[in-house]
Amino acid sequence: METFTPLSAAIGGALIGASAVLLMAFNGRIAGVSGIVWGAISRWQSNGAWRWFFLLGLLAAPLAVRGVTGAAPAVEVNAGWWLVVIAGLLVGYGVRMGSGCTSGHGVCGLSKFSRRSLTATLVFVATAVATATSGGAISGG
Amino acid sequence: MGRILVALFSGLAFGIGLIVSQMADPNKVVGFLDLLGSWDPSLVVVMASALLVTTAGYRYAFSRSQPILDTERHTPSATQIDRRLIGGATLFGLGWGLVGYCPGPAIVSLATGNPKVIAFVAAMLAGMALYEASANRQTGGRDPETSRPTAAT
Repeated sequence: METFTPLSAAIGGALIGASAVLLMAFNGRIAGVSGIVWGAISRWQSNGAWRWFFLLGLLAAPLAVRGVTGAAPAVEVNAGWWLVVIAGLLVGYGVRMGSGCTSGHGVCGLSKFSRRSLTATLVFVATAVATATSGGAISGG
Repeated sequence: MGRILVALFSGLAFGIGLIVSQMADPNKVVGFLDLLGSWDPSLVVVMASALLVTTAGYRYAFSRSQPILDTERHTPSATQIDRRLIGGATLFGLGWGLVGYCPGPAIVSLATGNPKVIAFVAAMLAGMALYEASANRQTGGRDPETSRPTAAT
């Protein structure tokens, strides 16, 4: 388990939490990325601009990190192209159908003691674990 | 204007949190999800830390009669645990477990220009649109943020 990185995990998690608290305390909004993404696309009203700025912040984050630390974390996607596309389709379809993802349900929903979010989180974590574990077993990884 | 700045800062903090915790790295995430690999519980620590902060912060936020910069909160009104919720969570989990990407980390990784990340995000948007199109045919649509039926129904 040399890959276990509890300190940076805790710090990063706290930052994510702080982000969610900020958005709720000031704007009264759930920091659920899937909802923000779809809302940005589907809602063009005058008070929908905030979503685009949240997404801009997400997009700019790697640049900010590189600006401060000089490090640009590389991204290696080992999965094949077909798997990547199928995974994307499933994720996109699933988060709209299920009304949320790891941030919306897993962080925000659980933090407000939502039974819906608890259920959703348990289901998608269990399913993801089953999928990744059997995928790893099949590919011999 | 204030709400826009808060949103920008919130997204930035969120993205930095994902990068610092390495949750933007799909291999790190699969390291947790794949129980038979060299198991890495870092994701659990990320979630625990995020939940600690958010639960405490939400107690304050929800104790206010209204947000600091808005007249009302915009939170989901649905309370039912239904097949849509469970089915959606299952499909999401399937997709997440296949590659290790969920929406946040994928978007954060777009700036790297990795073509597979772009393909994932494009497919994700297509998947979202596919669901919304099929849902609208059936029920007339829901508010994307709060799941309330839209005025069109």
